[in-house]
Amino acid sequence: MTFWTYRRRDNLVGYLFVAPALLGSLAFVLIPLGLVGWYSLNEWNVLGGTFEFIGAENYQQLLSDEKLRESLVATAWFAAGLVVLNLSLALLLAVLLNQKLRGTTVFRTLFFSPVLVSLVAWTLVWQLMLQPEGSVNGLLGFFGVDGPNWLRGDSTAMVAVIVVQVIKNVGLNMVLFLAALQGVPAPLYEAAKIDGAGAWTRFRRITIPLISPTILLTSIITIVGSLQVFAQIAVLTQGGPGTSTTVLIYYLYQQAFQFHHFGYGATLSVLLFVIVAALTLLQWRMRRKWVLHES
Amino acid sequence: MSRLTAVILAGLLALTACSGSASSGPKSLRMTVWTANETHLKLLNEIASEYKASHPDVTEIKFDSIPADGYTTTLTTQIAGGNAPDLAWILEESAPDFVSSGALAPIRGKIEKGDELTPSGTKLWEKDGELYAYPFSTSPFGLFVNTSLVKDVPAKWTWEQAMAAAAASGKGLVLPDFKYQNWAVLSSIWRGWDANAWSDDGRSCGFSSPEMKAAMSFIHKAIFTDKAIPGPGTTVDFFAGNAAMAISQISRAGALKDAKFTWTLVPLPSGPKGDYAVIGQAGVGVLKRSKNAEAAADFLGFFTNEANSAKLAQFFPSVRSSLLNAQTLAKSNPLIRPEQLQSVVVEGISKGVVKPSHQGQEELNQTIRAALDPLWKPDADVNAVLDGVCTKIKPLLERK
Repeated sequence: MTFWTYRRRDNLVGYLFVAPALLGSLAFVLIPLGLVGWYSLNEWNVLGGTFEFIGAENYQQLLSDEKLRESLVATAWFAAGLVVLNLSLALLLAVLLNQKLRGTTVFRTLFFSPVLVSLVAWTLVWQLMLQPEGSVNGLLGFFGVDGPNWLRGDSTAMVAVIVVQVIKNVGLNMVLFLAALQGVPAPLYEAAKIDGAGAWTRFRRITIPLISPTILLTSIITIVGSLQVFAQIAVLTQGGPGTSTTVLIYYLYQQAFQFHHFGYGATLSVLLFVIVAALTLLQWRMRRKWVLHES
Repeated sequence: MSRLTAVILAGLLALTACSGSASSGPKSLRMTVWTANETHLKLLNEIASEYKASHPDVTEIKFDSIPADGYTTTLTTQIAGGNAPDLAWILEESAPDFVSSGALAPIRGKIEKGDELTPSGTKLWEKDGELYAYPFSTSPFGLFVNTSLVKDVPAKWTWEQAMAAAAASGKGLVLPDFKYQNWAVLSSIWRGWDANAWSDDGRSCGFSSPEMKAAMSFIHKAIFTDKAIPGPGTTVDFFAGNAAMAISQISRAGALKDAKFTWTLVPLPSGPKGDYAVIGQAGVGVLKRSKNAEAAADFLGFFTNEANSAKLAQFFPSVRSSLLNAQTLAKSNPLIRPEQLQSVVVEGISKGVVKPSHQGQEELNQTIRAALDPLWKPDADVNAVLDGVCTKIKPLLERK
C-alpha cells in the first residue's frame, strides 16, 4: 500500500489551494492577535528598550483606571447614538426610496455616494463646515438660529461626531434595507389592506418581521463598526473637549502610541476585543427571540 | 497547541532576526526630520554629500521627512517596530523622555568645540553630565506685527498695551500653534507673570499658583471680553495677512518672504514681572539601538561642526556662542534687521526659558489639554479650572 493514496493526494491539493489564504491570515491576523495577548502581560518600555513580564498587572490597572471608565461611558453614548440614528434613518430612507416614483434612483445614488468618499477627506470637510463661522452655522443663521461652537461644546461635540459618521455610512444600511424591502412579497400587503390594516400596521406587522434578518445584520455591523471609529475622532475632536469624545479605541491609541504604554495599550485592545465579541454573541443569541425564521 | 506555539515562536524569531547586530562594510544612515521644506532638505543633503565624499564607507545618508503633527508618535512606533532610524530630530517636549530612557547614545565626545555651546541651550539634553542630543535649533518666540494693520509699534510693549493694540486693530493676535490644544505655547505669555506649568524639579504643579491664575485670567479676558485673540474653533492666518500680530518662533520668518503686507518683529511684551524670553528647541540624537550608532555619532559631529552650524543657523538658530551674534545671524536672515536679531534672538537665547517639558510629556499634554478645555468658554471660572488641572496632573507629576 502506497503512502500517496488518492485521498491523501486530494487532501494535499486542497491544502495547497487554501495555503496562501491561510498563511495570510496566520501572518496578519492570528499571530498579531496572539502577540497582543502576550504584550498585554508585559510592561514594554519602547524608548528604554525593556520588555518585562508583569503578569496580570495591566489587567488590574483596567479596574482602577478612571480615564478608562470615562472612555467607556463615551463609547456607550457614541455606539448607542450611532446605532439608533443610523438604523432608523437608513430604514426611513429605504422606505421612502422604495416607492415607484420618478427620480428615486437619483436620490439613492445621492445618499449612497458618501460611503464611497475617502473617510479622512469627508471628515476634514466637515471639520471646516462645523467651525463657529462655518457653513452649518451659516445655514442655521439663515433660519435665525444662533448655532453653537459644535466641536468645542461638551455635548455638541459628541452629537457632531455621531452625525458626521451617520451621514457617511447611512447609505450602506439603506441599500441593505432596500434590498430587503424589495424581497417582501407584494400580495401580503394587498391581503392586509383588504383586511383593513392601515399603513402603520402593515409596516409593523409585515415589513418589520420580514426584514428582521437584515435588521439583525445591520445592527451587528453598525455596533461593531461604532466601536472602531477612530479617524473621525482623531480629526474632529482629538477626544475633546475634556474627554467627552475619547472613545475606547481612541484611548487605546493614546495609551499605546502617544503615551508609549504599549503593554497597557495591548490590554485595552484585548478589552475591546472582548466587548465586540460579547456584543456580537449577545445579538446572535437574541436573534431567536425576534428574527423571523430563527425560532 | 504546541504546533501553534512553534509557529508563533518561528515568527518572532524571523522578526528579531531582521534587526541583527553591528555590521561592517558599507553603511547607510537614516535621519528622521520633521521638515519637508525643499530648501531645508537641500542644505541637509549638501552637508551629507560632503561627509560621504570624505567617508567612503558611508554609502547613503537619507533624510526621512515625517510630518511634524504626530512626529514623536511615528518615531516611537518605528522604534517599537524594530525599524529605528540611526539619527532623529527630537522635539523639546519629548526631550526628557528620550534623554532619561536611555534610548540615545552619548555624543559629547563627538561634538566639535563642545565648550562653546551656551549652557542654557544644552541643559535639556544632558543627564549626569553627558550630552545625549545636540540642540541644533534654538528658536526664541517673538511678536510678529503686521504694520499694515498696526501703525504704531514701540520697541517694547507691555502685554496690556499689546493686547489693546491687537483688539483695536479689529484683527487680533494669534498663536499659530496653539489651536486651543497645545497649551505649552501659552508659556510665551504666562512667563511674563513668572508663572510656570510645574516647579523646576517637575514635582509640583504650577497651574494653581497666583501667578498662573493672574496670567490665565488675562488671557481669558483677551479672548472673550476684549476679543483681542480669536476664539476657539476659528482659524486665522497671520502669514496670509489676516491677523494683526502673531506670537511665533523666529524660524517662521521665512513664511513672510512673499508677504503682501509690511511687518516687523519685536521681543515678547513685558509682563507684570518684567522682561522675559521663551525658546523652543529641537535636538538631534543618535539612537543607541542603531546598527551603525558609531558611524551615526561621527556624522552628527560633522553635521554640527562650526562650519555646518553656521550654514544651518540660517534656518535653525545655533547655541554656539561664536555664532550667536547679530552680525553672523544677519548674513543668513536677510528678512530680519540686525537690531531685531539682537533683541529677539541673541538676548532671547541667552536669557530664555525653554517651553515646558517633563517626563511623560505626552500624557501630561493630553491630561492638561482636557482639563483646560472648560477654560475656553466665555463664562469659565478661571481659578476653579486651574485648580482642576492640578488635581488631574498631580499623580502624573509625582510618578517615579
